[in-house]
Amino acid sequence: MSSALPFHRRKGFRLAMRYLIACILVVIFVFPVYWLFIISFKTPDEIFAYPPVWYPNSIQFANYLVLFKDGDAATVWNSLVLATISTFFAMILGTIAAYSLVRFKTGGENLAVWIISQRMMPPVAIVFPVFLLYVWLGWVDTYIGLIVLYTAFALPYVIWMMRGYIEDIPLELEESALVDGCTRWEVLRKVVFPMARSGLFATAVFTFVFSWNDFLFALVLTRTEVTTYTVQVTHYFGGQSNFWAKIAAMSVLGTIPVFITVAIMQRYLVRGISMGAVKG
Amino acid sequence: MSDLKITSLHKHYGSFHAVKGIDLDVPSGEFTVLVGPSGCGKSTLLRTIAGLEEVSEGTIEIGGKDVTWARPRDRDIAMVFQNYALYPYLNVKENIAFGLRARKFTETEVERRVGKAAEMLDIAHLLTRFPRELSGGQRQRVAIGRAIVRDAILYLFDEPLSNLDAQLRDDMRVEIKRLHQELGRTMIYVTHDQIEAMTLADRIVLLRDGMIEQLGTPLDLYERPETRFVAGFLGSPKMNFLPATLTADGVSLTDGTVLPLPGRQGLKAGQAVVLGIRPQHITMAAKDQAAGHARVPVTIELVQPTGSRVQVTLPFGGTSIIAELSAHDVDKPGQSTHIDIDMTRAVIIDPQSETVI
Repeated sequence: MSSALPFHRRKGFRLAMRYLIACILVVIFVFPVYWLFIISFKTPDEIFAYPPVWYPNSIQFANYLVLFKDGDAATVWNSLVLATISTFFAMILGTIAAYSLVRFKTGGENLAVWIISQRMMPPVAIVFPVFLLYVWLGWVDTYIGLIVLYTAFALPYVIWMMRGYIEDIPLELEESALVDGCTRWEVLRKVVFPMARSGLFATAVFTFVFSWNDFLFALVLTRTEVTTYTVQVTHYFGGQSNFWAKIAAMSVLGTIPVFITVAIMQRYLVRGISMGAVKG
Repeated sequence: MSDLKITSLHKHYGSFHAVKGIDLDVPSGEFTVLVGPSGCGKSTLLRTIAGLEEVSEGTIEIGGKDVTWARPRDRDIAMVFQNYALYPYLNVKENIAFGLRARKFTETEVERRVGKAAEMLDIAHLLTRFPRELSGGQRQRVAIGRAIVRDAILYLFDEPLSNLDAQLRDDMRVEIKRLHQELGRTMIYVTHDQIEAMTLADRIVLLRDGMIEQLGTPLDLYERPETRFVAGFLGSPKMNFLPATLTADGVSLTDGTVLPLPGRQGLKAGQAVVLGIRPQHITMAAKDQAAGHARVPVTIELVQPTGSRVQVTLPFGGTSIIAELSAHDVDKPGQSTHIDIDMTRAVIIDPQSETVI
C-alpha cells in the first residue's frame, strides 16, 4: 500500500514535485516573453522606473500607434509576405522533388544526400556573392529577390523531411490509385498530400519560422522597400540610447504571426514531428 | 474471345530474370489462378499485367488491345491488393467510390454503384465508417468492393486472403467464388496457397522459376501432373515419393517390395524411377481387394487426427510415407495392418528430367 511507503516515494508527492519543477521551468522560460509584452504597453517612465514596474497601471497602445504611424509596422507585413510565399513555393517544389527521389529513385542513392549537404554551408559564406548577383539582376530590395533566396534555402530541408514522410506511405495505396484511374499528379494530390498531411504541416511551420527569423540576408539584400521586421528592430538600438518601447512593441508584432501559425498547426505539429521520429 | 493475351513475356530486375518467357491466353469470363512457391514470379507477372511493372520483352493484350506500354489507368483493369490498400483518410463509401470519382462518374451513378457493390458484399451498414474502425475481413470486403464497383475487363487479385486468419480466409474464398459466378467477369488471382488455387480456379497456371510449369484445370493438374514439382505442389498432405526401379510389369522398391503397375505398356525394366503415391490413394485393406490395388503389410508409426480423417505415417519401401485414412480404421501407433495402394493412379517420374513418364 502506498501509505506504507516512505514519504518521498509516495505517488502524490512525486507528482507534486514534477509539477513544481515544471512550473519553475515555465516561469524561467516565459518570463522574458512576459517582460517583452509588458514593456510594449508601458509608458516611458514605467520602462525606466526603479524598482521595476512588474505590471503597468494601465494598458496603453501608444508604442504600437507610433509604429503604425511611422510605417515601421509594414516591415512585419513584409516578413509575412516573404515567409508565406517562400514557404508555399518551397513546400510545393520540395514535396514534388521528394516524391521523385523516393518513387523514381531520381539521382540514385546520392542525390538526396547531396541536397541535404547544401544545408551545411554557412549562409554568410554566400551572402556577398548573392548580393553582387542581385545587384546585377536588379533584385536587391525586392520581394522576388528574397522569396527566391528563402525558397532556395528552405528546399533542402523540405526535400529531406518530405522524403522521410513519403517513404512511409505504403506503395500499394499509390498503385491502387494508379490502377483506379489516377495520373501521377492526381496520385500526388489525392494520395500523397493527404497521407503526408501531418508531415507537410510540420515541415511548413519550420520552413516558415526559418524564413521569418532570417536576419542576415534581409540585412544585406534590403534597403527601404522590403525591410523585414528583424532588420527594423535593430534600427531602434541607438549609439546613444535604445528605444525600448519600440523594440518591445515591434518584437511583439513580430511574434504574433508565429504564435498564430503554431497555435493553428499544433495538432499536426506534434503528430508530424513524432511521425518522422519513429520510423518503420 | 480472350480478355488477356500474353506473348513471350520477360521481366528482368537488373541481372535477376524474374519472368522467363510466358505465353498465356485467358478466355473471357474465366477464373485463372497463378500459383507457385514464393519467388516464382507470379506477383511480378500480375504486376506487369496491371502495368505497375515495365515489361522487359514481349507483349500484353487486354480486351484485344495491345497495352504493353499503356499506363495502368488506360488498361481497363481493377485490382485488389494484399494489404487492402484502403485510404485511411476516406470512409468506406469514398474508398469504394475512389475509382469512379477518378473517372468522373456522375454523383447519382456513384451512389447507385457503390450501393449495389456494398449490398453484394454485405457492407452497406459500414459505409460511413473509416478503415481503422473495420476488422480485417471487413477491410478485405471494402477492397474487393472498390474493384467490382467498376466495369473493368480484367479483375486482378494479388494474394487478397493471405492477411486473414484461417476461418475468415475460408469464408472469403467462398465469397470470391460466389462473386465470380454472379459477375461472370474475367479474374486473375495470385496465391501461393494450393487449396485456394484448387478451389477457386477454372484454370490453374502453376509457375516455377519464372516459367509455366503446367497449365490446366485443377483436376488436370491434380490427376495428371506432368512433372514431379506439380505432383508435389498440389494436394495435401503432399504426394509420397519413393525411389524405385522398373521391372517388366511393375516397380521394385528399395526394400525389395514389388508393386504392380496395371495398364502400363513399354516400361523399360531396370530404369531407376521415383514412384509417386497420393496419401488419398491409400486405403485400409478391405475384404475384397479392388482391381489395380496392391496390398501390403505395414505398421503404423504416427497418427495425426484431423477429424473424420487421420494422417498416418508408415515405414514403407525403405522410407516413410503418409496415408490419409478413415478415422475409425485406425487404432493407435504400433498397430500392424494391411493397406491397399491404388496403383492405377500412381505416378512414375524420371529422376533425371523430373518429368512424369
